Amino acid sequence: MSTTATEVESLTSQKVPIFIMGKKYVVPDSLTIMKAMEYAGFQFVRGAGCRGGICGACGTVYRKPGDYRIHVGLACQTLVEPEMYLTQIPFYPANRARFVWAEAEPTGETVGQLYPELFRCVACNACTKVCPMDVEVMDYIAALKRGDLAAATEISFNCIQCGLCASRCMGELPQYHIAQLARRLHGGKLAPKTPHLEQMVKQIADGYYQEKLQELMKMDVEQLKKVYQAREMEPHQADEHWEPKSNEGL
Amino acid sequence: MTIGYYPGCTLKSKAKNLEDSALASLKALGVEAVELPRWNCCGAVFSLSDDDLIHHVAPVRDLIRAKDAGHERLITLCSMCYNTLARANLLMQQDEEKRKTLNLFMEEESDYAGEVQVQHYLDFLRTEVGWDRLASRVVKPLTGLRVAGYYGCTLLRPREVAIEAPDTPTMFNDFLRALGAEAVDFDESTACCSSYQILGSESAALEASARVLRGASVSKVEALATSCPVCEYNLGRRQLDVRTRFNEVNEIPTFYFTQLLAVALGLPLSDLGLKLNEKSSEALLRSRNLIAAA
Repeated sequence: MSTTATEVESLTSQKVPIFIMGKKYVVPDSLTIMKAMEYAGFQFVRGAGCRGGICGACGTVYRKPGDYRIHVGLACQTLVEPEMYLTQIPFYPANRARFVWAEAEPTGETVGQLYPELFRCVACNACTKVCPMDVEVMDYIAALKRGDLAAATEISFNCIQCGLCASRCMGELPQYHIAQLARRLHGGKLAPKTPHLEQMVKQIADGYYQEKLQELMKMDVEQLKKVYQAREMEPHQADEHWEPKSNEGL
Repeated sequence: MTIGYYPGCTLKSKAKNLEDSALASLKALGVEAVELPRWNCCGAVFSLSDDDLIHHVAPVRDLIRAKDAGHERLITLCSMCYNTLARANLLMQQDEEKRKTLNLFMEEESDYAGEVQVQHYLDFLRTEVGWDRLASRVVKPLTGLRVAGYYGCTLLRPREVAIEAPDTPTMFNDFLRALGAEAVDFDESTACCSSYQILGSESAALEASARVLRGASVSKVEALATSCPVCEYNLGRRQLDVRTRFNEVNEIPTFYFTQLLAVALGLPLSDLGLKLNEKSSEALLRSRNLIAAA
């Protein structure tokens, strides 16, 4: 259910001018950049994804009056500010190297061979400064130069692949693709395997959930709704050891 | 004592044998080397262009990290890292205009004016341990082994960052004698190994390496000790190529100087990382009973 423009206006204390791609729009100051753009009449067919600050599709670059710095944020998470100049960078071109998974050694050499431009980094730190997720981008690039896939995995964990790092790199590195390669090599070939995941996969393959699924498949919509609503929800402040008392409706 | 330590990228991969043997030796000597909590590539080469400040950002950022970690002194092992860091430090001490520009560029970091002292490991041994004290800690002297220290370029040039008097260096010999080895001088110990030229001009590079190895051969050197991964690559890993193309070059096992230190201190094989050397290196140590037979 979307909120109408009239409803937004009734809830908003004041309107502020912002500049979207250089053109002035007056928008309610309670809106995120994404909502403000929609309020102004833009329709997102690309460059909007989860609207929850996770997917990285809505990178925004903006400047504020009297401040030379580049500011960044995710349009779905960042509130508008008076007089801001903004544009969306929903995608930034960066080549992703192809490789054969089975043959790829989980080493720094593999990363260096697939992305030789890695070594063009001059440690200027522009990537870190532009990251809307506060990832220490330069630090994971530094880690990969010395072949430390574990550190690169750890440092780049919050990367949402928005590509803004690549947009600012004077060495023209595709940082976010390099980090993804590092995480894949580390996660797939170096990190210890979790036994419970394998158990779970085996259980599923052995048909553990077949009967339950068949039951659900036979239900009509009303029955499904009932089961869904009656299911046990995880409490908001649950700790990591929380488990449901039953699997009913899961 | 504890001391700030900058490893450099290669010491975490291809030259792990340099780092492992060096840190184990320091530990045996009662020194704990504390690796910088954050560091990036030093830049590997000090940029000589007058208007190329961007290439000084990497080493200066590392020096800022050292200062922020509370270190008054930073030791490093790789000759290239030493050279780049020491020269960048000098620039920050001496060139007010460039210092200001670099600090402004790195506005997200603390201001830096060359407060941290950059010291090479070999010089650290000299000043903090001393050759006599080092000799007293040797349990497996390298008696009778004719070893030459190979300085290459970056420990002695340019003069401003030389670890000792560049025209009459003695530090390597003093070090090797402390280990009980027979220190051998040869003219080419300060000649260039060809450095990164091996990447672009292979035949000229191998010729430069041949000159060094031939000089060592003439002086009947049995082992070369270096502190530079690039020198080790050109003189060690590429030695077979050199010997194949050029005459009068003997097979000369190469070592990081810290590997010989670890041997003399009687440290276990696992601290030496000899698998990363050419096979001849381990073979030589075995044949002299300096490490246990396989």
